Parts: sequence; C-alpha cells; structure tokens
Amino acid sequence: MAIKGKAYIAGAYEHPTRRAPDKTVAQLHAEVALGALKDAGLTRDDVDGYFCAGDAPAPGAATMAEYMNLKLRHLDSTELGGTSYVALAAHAAEAIALGKCNVALVTLAGRPRSDGQATGTAPRQRDASQPEAPWEGPYGLTTANSYAMCAMRHMHQYGTTSEQLAWIKVAASHHAQHNPNAMLRDVVTVEDVVNSPVIASPLHRLDCCVISDGGGALVIVKPEIAKSVKRPPVKIIGAGETVKHLSGGFFDLTTSGASRTGPAAFAEAGIKPADIKYASIYDSFTITVLIQIEDLGFCEKGAGGKFVSDGNLISGVGKLPFNTDGGGLCNNHPANRGGMTKVIEAVRQLRGEAHPAVQVKNCDLALAQGTGLQLGSRHGSATLIMERE
Amino acid sequence: MPDTRQIPSPIVTVENEAFWNAAREHRFTVPICSACGKAHWYPRAICPFCGSDKVALRDASGKGTIYTFSVMRRAKERYAIAYVTLAEGPTMMTNIVDCDFDAVHIGQSVTVVFKDSEDGPPVPMFRPDEA
Repeated sequence: MAIKGKAYIAGAYEHPTRRAPDKTVAQLHAEVALGALKDAGLTRDDVDGYFCAGDAPAPGAATMAEYMNLKLRHLDSTELGGTSYVALAAHAAEAIALGKCNVALVTLAGRPRSDGQATGTAPRQRDASQPEAPWEGPYGLTTANSYAMCAMRHMHQYGTTSEQLAWIKVAASHHAQHNPNAMLRDVVTVEDVVNSPVIASPLHRLDCCVISDGGGALVIVKPEIAKSVKRPPVKIIGAGETVKHLSGGFFDLTTSGASRTGPAAFAEAGIKPADIKYASIYDSFTITVLIQIEDLGFCEKGAGGKFVSDGNLISGVGKLPFNTDGGGLCNNHPANRGGMTKVIEAVRQLRGEAHPAVQVKNCDLALAQGTGLQLGSRHGSATLIMERE
Repeated sequence: MPDTRQIPSPIVTVENEAFWNAAREHRFTVPICSACGKAHWYPRAICPFCGSDKVALRDASGKGTIYTFSVMRRAKERYAIAYVTLAEGPTMMTNIVDCDFDAVHIGQSVTVVFKDSEDGPPVPMFRPDEA
C-alpha cells in the first residue's frame, strides 16, 4: 500500500522564538501544537494521533499526551535525531492510510540555546548500554568532527573545495535576509565563510548551523477532513526512510541514506528529481547539504561542489531553490533538530506563503530531506515529497 | 607535539572485556568470525555479517591507512579524529597521534600505538609511519 494521496498537511506552525529561557520544553511543545491546530482550523479534541521524537520529555508521546490532555488512539515516538519529523510526517500518513487515526499531530521543541549546550563541539553523553560507545567515546567524537570527516573524504575523493561548500551558506544567507525571525540575517560571502575560524577541519564556523531554541508542529489529516479545511491543501505523495550506519566497518562516508530514501520517495510519488520546484535540504553543516543533493539525484555524485557554486540553490537564480527560510545555517535549528522546519518551509512554498522575495513561482512539487544523528557514524535519513493540489 | 589530552576511559562490558584485557598487554586484536571468516569492527559477540556467535579476537598487524580525519580545533587541546582502514579489512574510528597534525593526510600509512586512558585500559590509536 502506498501513502500517495492518502493524507494532507492541513496545519503547520513554526515558533517565532529563538531564545526561550522563560519557557519549559513541554510548554514549547504545547505552544507549537496549538499553533499548528489553529493554522488548520482544528482543535485539540480533533487530534487522535500524536507523533514526537527524542526532544520531547522522556519517555515521549505518553508524557506529552498527558501534558496536552490528548485523547489518542495512535502514538509514535520514533527517534532518528533531527530528521525524525520528516519521517514522522510519513508515519502519520501511513497511520491515516490504514485508518488508525484521522488527525495526526507532530511536534518538536527544545531550548539548547538557553541551556548553554555546546551542541556540536562537545562529545554527547553516552549511555553505557550503547554498544558503540566504547569505540567512539575515547576518541573525542563530536557532531562537528563527525560531519567534518565526511567533508574531508568528499574533498579527497571528488576534489570538492571549502569555497564550494561556502556557497551553500551564501545561498542560505541570501534567503535569511528576508526572514525577520532568522537568527543570522546578514548576507555573507564565500570569503566570509572560508575566513571564519576552523572548528573541525575542514569545516569553518560558518559551515555550521546555528544553535537555537524554539520548535514547530504539523497537523496531518485524512483527505475528507482536508477538504473542509480552509488552508491550501498540501498532499503527501511519497516518502522514504532508512538508517545508514558503519556496516561492520565497511562503509563510504561520501554517501548518505538519501541515496536510498530519495529513490524510494520518488518512486512512490511517480516523479523524478527534475520535477521538484523547491527543496528543503537538512543543513546541520554545509557538507550535509552537498552530500544529500547528490544522493537525491539533483546532480551527479561528486558534482555537488560545482552545482552549488553555480548559485543553483538561490531562489530566483538557480535550478534548485533550497531552504528559503534561511534554514539551519541562518534561521534556526530548534532543539538541534532541523527536520520540522524543513517540512514547514516546504508547506509555505506549496501554499505560496513563503516571503515574496524567495517564493518559487508555480511551486507545485516540493521535497523535504533530513539527515539526523551523525552523518559520519550512524544517521537517520528521511525524504518526504509533497504536492499542491 | 605533546599529546596532553585526557582520553576518556572506554566502557568495559562483558561483551568487550577480552579486547580490553589484550589492550592492557598492548596487544591489538581484531574480531574475526570463524563461521564466515570475515573481520568486523567494532568488536561484538555476534558476527554482523552472518549472525554466528563464533567470533574470536585475533592478534592483528596493527597496520592501516587513513580513510579520513579531522583536526578538532575548537577544543582545549587540538586532536585528530580519524577512520583508519585496517590491513585486516574493516575501518575503525581512532585518533592520529604523535605527529604534526598539519601533515596528516588521507591514504597515509599508520601503525597502532596504545595510549593510556583516564582510569581504564589503554586505547588503540595510530601513529603515521613516515615523519
């Protein structure tokens, strides 16, 4: 059974905050939930399916269901790091297609900025039961040097340069200047990026995404309900999901899980990469974008550097306008997880509600692609393809 | 270049303690499955390729080449994290040590060296073969 046409995104909401020391994580989840429901013209009582991931207070769906006082018949707390919400949107469509729920709520929220978390440069706390922990903890694996090792290998294998990677940040900054909520609104140059301090070679400070508080939510509904909603209908037409890991010690770090989830999603949607008018591409780091656009088939493997340095990611200029909200590189990265805002900006584009300066003309097909956890060890990948009706 | 970084102790479990006991004798071992003959990394009791529990640790050559690396500069002491492809086949996460980090490169030949951790067994790291 395919999910194509079985569910619609009826509500989407991005929290405007980027720093929320005066709010709890649970409170932020509830605020974005209510925001998305209001956007859809629905209420809490309509929700019968709830979806969240590792950013929700443990153990996840049960805790938040109680806090928000939801009455549910379907729950899902899949954890794939920052891409969880791209996958959860598809899970919601699957549950709706099977009749397990009619109105699905997906939430994300967190406040790493207020908590002073050194998100990318400090090793994450390890659970002693994680079997890989003894083989990574002693070596100082962090998020930044995990992605940096992928960049180093891509440069070695394909001749990609720091200047080419910098173009990804340049494109994001061109978009962010129009977003009043974006953390970084100044347009930057390639020189600005390559002259910023090296964090983990070869990645510079401006190759890294921001650390922000905030969150977002989606309301996904069955077709009959979508018809009664006042918002422009955004139909889910294809999805893919995987985990790519180190495969017992035999792996290629220049390829991501998008090489599997992209083809799966395109096949389900019955379209090809060239049909996509707008793409939200997970941008924890510039290299994350480069590897995913190659794996999704927007250019040949290894040709990503040339593709992005031709300005192809800039709306109104290139072939593949991306992250028109400024993305994780400039706008926000709530709870260190960018998947939710990737889907939300795709919904804005399909509704024709992106900022006029970055709105893609006749945007009828959009894609959201996420890479969560760590690209350089094990990462979740999810692709979601949406269509405006 | 002095290497003064404190190395976090590896978590020793019932599944991996044989590896760390060998490490205490500065013996670098690699798990090889007796059923399918393949080496894997990281060491586990169940072969990730065939599912057999007939996995044994074998003394390894300690030789490898750098698959990729990154020098962490946003840290109190700089250090080089890397993946090294072992002569036995699999690629493992490690650190490159006892060298000029600016001269480290992909494809470089390296040899294992054990470095003391904070309060656990010594940890296998790699040193470039040429200066």
